[in-house]
Order: sequence, then C-alpha cells, then structure tokens
Amino acid sequence: MRSRARSWLALPLLLALGLAGCASDSGGGVQSGKMATIKARGKLICGVDGSLPGFSFVGPDGSYSGLDVDVCKAMAAALFGDPTKVEYRNLNSSERFAALASGEVDLLSRNTTMTLSRDAAGGNGLSFAPPTFYDGQGVMAPIASGIKTLKDLAGKPICVESGTTTELNLADRMREQSIPYTPLKFQTGDQTYAAYLQGRCVAVTSDRSQLAGKRSSFPNPDAHSLLPDVMSKEPLTPATVNGDPVWADAVRWTVNALFQAEELGISKASIAAKLAEAKANPNQADLRRFLGVEGEFGKQLGLPADFVPKIIGAVGHYGEIFDRNVGPGSRLKLDRGVNKQWKDGGLIYSPPFR
Amino acid sequence: MPWWRNRVVLPWVIQAAVALTVLVLIAFLLGNLIRNLTAAGLLLSWNWLGQPAGFDIAETLLPFDASQPYWRGLAAGLVNTLRVVLAGLVGSTLLGTLLGMASFSSNGLLRGLTRAYVEIVRNIPLLLQLVFWYFVVFLSLPNGTAAIQLPGVVLAKSGLYLAWFGEGLRWLGPYLVNGVWQAPLRLSVEFGALLTGLVAYSAAFIAEVVRGGIAAVAKGQWEAASSLGLSWFQTLRQVVLPQALRVIVPGLNTQYISLAKNSALAVAVGYTDLYSVAETTLNQTGRAVEVVLLLLAAYLVLDLFISLVMNGLNRLVQIRER
Repeated sequence: MRSRARSWLALPLLLALGLAGCASDSGGGVQSGKMATIKARGKLICGVDGSLPGFSFVGPDGSYSGLDVDVCKAMAAALFGDPTKVEYRNLNSSERFAALASGEVDLLSRNTTMTLSRDAAGGNGLSFAPPTFYDGQGVMAPIASGIKTLKDLAGKPICVESGTTTELNLADRMREQSIPYTPLKFQTGDQTYAAYLQGRCVAVTSDRSQLAGKRSSFPNPDAHSLLPDVMSKEPLTPATVNGDPVWADAVRWTVNALFQAEELGISKASIAAKLAEAKANPNQADLRRFLGVEGEFGKQLGLPADFVPKIIGAVGHYGEIFDRNVGPGSRLKLDRGVNKQWKDGGLIYSPPFR
Repeated sequence: MPWWRNRVVLPWVIQAAVALTVLVLIAFLLGNLIRNLTAAGLLLSWNWLGQPAGFDIAETLLPFDASQPYWRGLAAGLVNTLRVVLAGLVGSTLLGTLLGMASFSSNGLLRGLTRAYVEIVRNIPLLLQLVFWYFVVFLSLPNGTAAIQLPGVVLAKSGLYLAWFGEGLRWLGPYLVNGVWQAPLRLSVEFGALLTGLVAYSAAFIAEVVRGGIAAVAKGQWEAASSLGLSWFQTLRQVVLPQALRVIVPGLNTQYISLAKNSALAVAVGYTDLYSVAETTLNQTGRAVEVVLLLLAAYLVLDLFISLVMNGLNRLVQIRER
C-alpha cells in the first residue's frame, strides 16, 4: 500500500523533471547550438510554403522544387555536402514565425518579406539573410471583369491571405486613396485562391511573383491579368531566429555564395573545371579563397572548407536557380527585373568573400 | 496507529501533496516562461493594444477601421464571435429538438431519415463540413437575376439578403439595383456558411441528447397519456418533454460549450471572428504570448458564462420535492 502511494507521487515529479528540459540553450563559439542540433540530427528542417509554383511546390512524385526550396538545398549542401538532407515543413503564413521561434524549423525559406518589426528583437525577433527575390505587391483580377486600376475596386470584395504584410499594405493603400473595400481573409493561400476562382471576390492581392506563380496553375491562366499598380516593396528573404548569430551567418553567406558564383560566372556545369583550375593555379587567389582551396572561410562560419563548391555543384548559381524556377526555364516566365546582378543594374549583390 | 495508516489523515496528506506538486509545476512553467521571455528581451507588455491596428475587417457590428487601435479590432472580432455563437445556439437548439422528437415519430420514413442525418453529420469532421458548405454550396450560388429568390429572402454569391424593416419601419424585401441586390438586412456568405455548418453539426448532437432525454421518460407515461386521448404531439409536448428536460439540460450545456469553441473554425471560411483577428494581431505585433493569453481568457469566460446560464436553467427544471 505504501509503495503504491509513493509511485503515485513520483509521476507528477517525473513530469516536472521532463519539462525542465525546455529551458533555453545557449550558443557560443563557432559551433552554434542550432548547427550542433542540425548536424546531430543529420538533416536540415526547412520551413516552406509548399503550394506556390516557382518558389516551393510539391510535385506529383512528392519531391519539392522552387527558388525557396533551392535555398534549403544549398544550405543542406553547405552543411552536409548533400542537397537531399532536408526535411520540408509546409507552413502557412500565420504559422511560420511560431514554427521558427519554437525551433520546429531551423530555417524559414518561405517567401517572407523582411520588415523592421519582423527583424527587431522587440517584434518577431527574426534574423534575416540577404533577400533572394525582390518582389512587390500586386493585384490580380479576371480580364473579363474590366478592372484596370485600384479605383475600379471601390466597394468590392478583395481576397487576401491573413497574417501577411499584404493585408496591411492593402489597408494602407486603400486608405491613402480613400477607396472603400471589403477584405476577405483566409488562413492559407489555397483557400484564398479557391475563393477567388469561385468568384467570391473580384480581385486577389499578394506579391506579384506569387500571383504569377498561382496563375500558372489556374485552369485558364490567360483569363487573369495583373494590374499595373505595385503597392509595396516586398524583399523575400530567408530567415532564422535571433540569438544564434553563428547559424544566421552560415545562412547569410550561403545565400551570398549563390550571388557571388553568378558574378564570377561559376555555374553548376563549370564548377568542377573551376575547382581544378583554382587548385592548379596558386595565382588565382580570389577564386581559391572563394572555393575554399585556401583560407579558412568555411571554418570561420562553422561550415566545411569546400562549402561553396558543394553548394554550386548541388543547385548552381543564383541566375541558374532563378531561370529554372521562376524565369524563362519555368512556367512563370518572370523577367529578372530588379533581381539582376548589380553589374547589370540589379539589386543582387554579394559583399566580398574576403 | 501511526499517521500514515490513519484513514482520516492520509487522504488529506495525499491531496495536499498532489496540490503542492501541481502548484510547483505551474510556478516552474510560469517562471520558465518569464525567464526565457526576459532573456529574449520580451517582457509581457500590453502597450501594443492601444496602437493603430492597420488592418481592416470585412463585416463588423462594432464599427471598425484600420486607424483604430488593436483592442478595438479584437473587440469587433469578439462581437462577431458572439453573433455567430448566439445565432448558432438558437438554430441548433430548434433543429436538434425537432430531430430528437422526430426520432420517436410513428412514421418510419421520418425516423429513418433522422437517424441517417445524425449518423452522417456527426461522423464527419466539422472543418470538412464548413469547407463543404462554403466552397461547394454557398460559393456556387449564382449572382444578379439568376440568384435564388424566395419570398423575403435572396441567396446570392455576393451575400444573403433578407426582408426587414426599412426606413420608417416599412417592411422591405430584397430588390435589384443595376444587377446588384440590396436589402435592409444583408449577411455575408461567410457568415451564412459558418452558421449553417455549426447549426447542422451541433443539431446532430443535440438531437441525440434530446432523444436520450425522451427515452429516459418511462414508457407508462406515453401509455397513460394516450389512454387519456392525447395525440402523439400533445403527449410529447405536455407530458414527456417537461419530464425529459431535466435529463436534456445538462447534456445541452456540453453541446453549447462545444459550439462556442467550434466557432473558432470561422477562419477556414473567411469569417473574421475573434480568433481570426487575434491571428492577424499576433502576426503584426509579434506578441504571441499576450495575444494567446487574451484568446484563452476570452473563450474561457464565454464558456463559463454559457455554463452559468445553463446551470441556472438546470436548477429551474429539476424536480422540486414537495
């Protein structure tokens, strides 16, 4: 009798001990807490949208593809030398920050706009890498509706995904121009576009790239057009949590490596030749440092010395990723626009690998 | 006898130990939360409630626009929740009672249909049913002149238009202006789909509660009533239901609370309820802990209030010993 009473008491105590494990962990040194966790796990957990053609989309065979997905693959290649060591989590716009903050995903590569309040420690407290796609908010409407400008939307219902910057920009722009409207908010992109296609709202608003991506999967893509109005700046950016600068740096320089490789003309096809050239020629100091033949860039970031050749060998440089997923090689056929290299007048610019 | 064998003392000691463990656990978890929030530079703060919300809400009883503060938006969301919950409680009680009564009908077809309805509806997840009502039923409604027109009611994709008192308390039905319906009372299809889904779902459970209550009344009561020459409906209304109520009311309480909580699924069909506003607020402010605490408190108070009312009703219908 006595022993049974005692074991009853032991149960809640055990529970309490188990929960004690959720106190915060601290990083430090070149090996960060997050990277140690990822390496011990043997794969990267990457938060993506999963239903957005061109950025992250699940194919019929269950494989993921897209620009956001390629960032995850590049990161896995940098960490493990293997782009397949990624587990993808589909997140909607309302879940994404909580999933990142709780550590459910290591990296958020989900067409997320970098903003002050999301970056600030007193706001969402994220740490942003360089933007991988400079976008702007647009409005799509059926061509048959005759809607040409924002003014034509007066008094009409507009579909929008809740918890996005899009929702706020829409409110701001319409308020500026004193246009009354009805925002119909849905939790996921799929619901938003389903309601639009069913004709519940006369227009749908989101990032222009997302509208083009979704339109490409519509039954009749030619029946819908984007209004010329660009309502906002939307730099879409991979993000990690604040508080692990080592991990954030590794992500930042993985993205920069994609930009730098394009600038240097090192593609997926030419990486082997370039690497051989760098190894053979000690005078090519810039190239040797970039490809990890000499110097300690990898070690300083907590990554393998040859992380750049691994990344480029896996996904190619930024230009290849763009063309394949959203550019001429895809169904979206988006123009490079401001997403050109800085040398060509665009915004894609990697700080020096020095 | 030592104290640990004492049947008077022992239960108290065990209960005190369990209570202490729970308190320590709660204190530990709260301490952990506050410590980690402090470490992240995020102490609980409520200042953001007074800042401009910056987002709009499609339909509100409480007037709201983007320049008003967050608390006002949350209040508008709460009013929207109360609106659908109240309408849902009335609707599901009426439909559920009718269905529960029908399952005792002498008409076999009616009985069979009622059983089929209950079994189908309560075995399909509510979220699925809401999505069905919204995307398949309500969004398939036609617009303009093709809209479904019933006396005093027009069902269109742009909304549900009902006759109501117009200017000067004149009874006014829906009418068309340039191909767009107008009416004194307009409900959105989002509200319509959510309300229909909640009523259809809860009514199936309430029907079972009512059926159980009626079945609990002794068979002799039915026989006695019919020997007095009362009809089936009179028997049910005058003899059986008053006695069944004291079994039905506690069960109804549970169903009402479920309905209030289920209303948070509104976000799936684009109706802006408290949960939907809270979600947007959480995303804009990053104040996850505060917003979730507010949500918890709001639904807790709402459900406790429903319980309070239902417990009062329960006392009213209990047998008073004479």
